[in-house]
Amino acid sequence: MSIAPEGRNLISKQVRGISPSGIRKFFDLLASMEGVISLGVGEPDFVTPWHIREAGIYSLEQGCTAYTSNYGLLELRQELSSHLKHSYGLDYDPQRELLITVGVSEGIDLALRAILDPGDEVIVHDPSYVSYIPCTILAGGVPVPVATSFEDEFKVRAEDIERHITPRTKAILLGYPNNPTGAVMDKEELLKIADVAKRHNLLVISDEVYDRLVYGVKHTCFASLPEMKERTILLNGFSKAYAMTGWRIGYAAARVEIIEAMVKVHQYTMLCTPVMAQKAAIEALRSGQAEVENMVEEYDQRRRIMVKGLNEIGLTCFEPKGAFYAFPSIKSTGLSSDEFAEKLLREAKVAVIPGSTFGRCGEGHIRCCYATSLPEIEEALERMAKFVARHRTG
Amino acid sequence: MKEILRILEKDARKTPQQIATMTGTPVEQVKEAIKKAENDRTILKYKTVVNWDKLGEEQVRALVEVRVVPQRDVGFDSIAERIYRFPEARSVYLVSGTYDLAVLVEGATMQEVASFVSQKLAPLESVQGTVTHFLLKRYKEDGEIIGVEERPKRVPLMP
Repeated sequence: MSIAPEGRNLISKQVRGISPSGIRKFFDLLASMEGVISLGVGEPDFVTPWHIREAGIYSLEQGCTAYTSNYGLLELRQELSSHLKHSYGLDYDPQRELLITVGVSEGIDLALRAILDPGDEVIVHDPSYVSYIPCTILAGGVPVPVATSFEDEFKVRAEDIERHITPRTKAILLGYPNNPTGAVMDKEELLKIADVAKRHNLLVISDEVYDRLVYGVKHTCFASLPEMKERTILLNGFSKAYAMTGWRIGYAAARVEIIEAMVKVHQYTMLCTPVMAQKAAIEALRSGQAEVENMVEEYDQRRRIMVKGLNEIGLTCFEPKGAFYAFPSIKSTGLSSDEFAEKLLREAKVAVIPGSTFGRCGEGHIRCCYATSLPEIEEALERMAKFVARHRTG
Repeated sequence: MKEILRILEKDARKTPQQIATMTGTPVEQVKEAIKKAENDRTILKYKTVVNWDKLGEEQVRALVEVRVVPQRDVGFDSIAERIYRFPEARSVYLVSGTYDLAVLVEGATMQEVASFVSQKLAPLESVQGTVTHFLLKRYKEDGEIIGVEERPKRVPLMP
């Protein structure tokens, strides 16, 4: 018997309209197996550096257990402000232009809710991080995917964005360095996108959570481009660079009206980010830089092993210059990405994420995370080599 | 070069081929760099850090503080050499503070270590005095925490 009133559904139309995560079934499969090597994780395999953890512990000992300002601790915002100045030459007012969020995930939700009216369109590159499209829909917007391709190393092109602009387009959502592809954008292309944003009077939400994890290239912060600070909602966090995923802490930087609007939503939904995470983040910014560099060097070494290994076994991939993912093509096997991931797990005990999870253009690829120990990467590559040899067509 | 050494310092079993891939350097160049570092004693030796406790092996170590009289022209170097030539002295450091040389002494039994200190170390002419601290428990060795390896517990699948 239904507990919902006659003729009505228990769950809202909007939520029903969002498709559940495609990787759910893999969890059940994984739970029943042993000896699986997972390249399906989306976070560092380092524990948060001790001095950062210690700062969190100390804050608890000191009795920091209360709410903070909705915006977050001023001390943290001041540190962030000078960090952004130092890294990208950006001037954000710590009092009014910075907001501490519960990870970048919350930042994305807040940014979209703050700027979208029902029916407003948001341009999202495909493939992209899994939350962009659902969050756009939940905020009443309409996601407009723009295809990117393997041949073009999954960079999103300004002219492709421009082709999808309509009078309802409100914003462009960018996530580079990219999850799942490891793609980075170079400055020239970003300048062209900035030009499009200006000509069509659009906002740009830029998720730069992997900004520190780039290899042999320099990351360009979108907000640092000429005249873009006013148009950009910059989202970033501590999860990937400082190995702090479980602390749930990130931030948004934008012009005053937008931050004020985001705070309105944030104060009624989250109120504030947990205080011990904020205290730990202050320590991370003040003295975590050497560890970040060490971790980046290690990722870079593993990245080379992963990319070379994948190419050698016939899973072609371009050189990903950011984040910690390789996104090889599985076309040589003739399998769909979902079939590939399921068979690979069942037959070779290696877990990866099917590319289709991240959008239509991710089909034909799998995401392999190299934030995993080198011996595990090497073992996984051996298992995958045998698997691919068995399934290769022609 | 530095990156190659950092890799080997973490894991001396990495092959030149692996290091070549990890650093994006031709393998011949890696081999040459390692050879050079071995020859000029930049690489002192390759070793394995063993947790002997696992085998119930008794191993006695002591940190010995040594106060010495520095000698004209050679300072502490000459007396340090007299000490570090003994194989029982595993590590020898000149330190600042209330004593001069810190000597890590290793032996099979407490008796062996004690007699090394009293028979060999203390009687040296320029040694003024020694204080011996026997090590009771190892918590961390060469950057490795004894016992468990610290790795985060991660959800195996996360987009």
